[in-house]
Amino acid sequence: MEPAWMSEWWTYRLEDFLLFSPRVYWRMFELANAAFWPLHLLTLAAGLAIVLLVLRQPRRHGLWIALVLAALFAFVGWSLLWSRYAAINWAIAYVAPAFGLQALLLVIGGARGGLAFDRRDIAGRLGLLIAVAGLVVYPLLPPLFGRPSASAEVFGIAPDPTAIAALGVLLAGSGGLVPLLLAIPLLWLLLSGLTLHAMGDPQAWLPLLAAATILAALTLRRIAR
Amino acid sequence: MIITRRTFVKTAAASGAALVLPAAAPGAPPAPAMRAVPSSGEMLPAVGLGTWITFNVGDDPVLRDECAEVMAAFFAAGGRMIDSSPMYGSSQPVIGYGLEKLGRPEALFSAEKVWTSSAADGPAQIEQSRRFWGVPRFDLVQVHNLVAWETHLETLFAMKADGRIRYVGITTSEGRRHDLFEQIMRAHPLDFVQFTYNVVDREAEERLLPLAAERGMAVIVNRPFRQGALTRQLQGETLPDWAAGIGAATWAQFILKFIVSHPAVTVALPATTRVDHVRENLLAATGPLPDAAMRERMAAYVRDL
Repeated sequence: MEPAWMSEWWTYRLEDFLLFSPRVYWRMFELANAAFWPLHLLTLAAGLAIVLLVLRQPRRHGLWIALVLAALFAFVGWSLLWSRYAAINWAIAYVAPAFGLQALLLVIGGARGGLAFDRRDIAGRLGLLIAVAGLVVYPLLPPLFGRPSASAEVFGIAPDPTAIAALGVLLAGSGGLVPLLLAIPLLWLLLSGLTLHAMGDPQAWLPLLAAATILAALTLRRIAR
Repeated sequence: MIITRRTFVKTAAASGAALVLPAAAPGAPPAPAMRAVPSSGEMLPAVGLGTWITFNVGDDPVLRDECAEVMAAFFAAGGRMIDSSPMYGSSQPVIGYGLEKLGRPEALFSAEKVWTSSAADGPAQIEQSRRFWGVPRFDLVQVHNLVAWETHLETLFAMKADGRIRYVGITTSEGRRHDLFEQIMRAHPLDFVQFTYNVVDREAEERLLPLAAERGMAVIVNRPFRQGALTRQLQGETLPDWAAGIGAATWAQFILKFIVSHPAVTVALPATTRVDHVRENLLAATGPLPDAAMRERMAAYVRDL
């Protein structure tokens, strides 16, 4: 069924697509965290292992890193976006498949060979810093914004830290469709930031800042060439 | 205790009165003011329950129960009209959950919308909405934001003729497309129209409200609090002393009394997640209501803040 806004989108504003309250949004993460615990330990360990592999053996394990990221994108797209978020925001039903597409692109990019994480220019180093921030800092944010820790967004469980950490790692990558792999996580961060902004949430600037930093790093790299 | 004839008669009389006049029972809230639907004469309480954002809680069991409690308080305070839309995420199944939990209250007046740009999908969408609510039929179905309104209106009038819905309406909000809205009101025998109107958004007073009165259409007012922004804005301001004269104890009641006192308004639709607020909203439709002069004073007061 075609949503009505598609044919008359000019009569709608961003706020019109905000269908839920901040309380409902953050409780969605609380319920997901409760449902999936202790999977968080595994996803965080996988993320930290990826960063360590990129630091220590940058030219090896490209396929495995891509496969782990693919699995996590597929899981977040299904478990959080499709199964939970789409229930309160019908627009997400059209966005969740993009996480599946990202997983597919990662698999293809890894399987084609040539995917390495060996870029150590400023953008690459900044990327790894961003990845660590997505992994370690993001779950610690709730108390800073007056929310319970149970609503923490964790890499591999929640979309924002997953997109941020993946983008950070990909900034250090080369070959294997890397430029194409940046698009969906960047667009997600833009959408997430705008949604949080429409909610009036003080955290709205975080995904937008992450996306802007990634774009700035890419621009710097292009200029430096 | 010895039951004398006098106490028996008094008790029996009180019990009888309670059966026909529940609002008069001790401790029961005063009944809200009633408004007639012009096309049928059916009486509806002047304050209903909106579900935009507030009822979109997904599968969260705690929040679903909270919504059911709001609905219980709404019906207990004499409310009837609950309004929703396929656009409102999970609001429809959450309403259905609440109705089931409350034992399908007979007082319910179900107001829904059709919201799809594909005219052919309209009947299927209405049927899906009906299943979510778990009602045998909707009382009112409205074309949401005038989307594909021509064909949807054909569908709705046919459904009304078949007895599958009772009333037909159209909606808009925040002043969108009032020109087209007015044209449709002039051309079609609508039972209900729904648009935004409150103490600061008064554009509807110029054409839509008088036209609704002229054409005999019931008026549902959406976004009475500007999606909460108006009450938040007024929160720090002092309610004028003279508000007590119209029975407004809070800004929410002040705003609702302004809306429902317009002679063309049938039902105002505040939305809330709180039981105390739903009671407060229904109370706004009780007691004295402002006259035309007082309404102007209310609007001027808010404008000057």
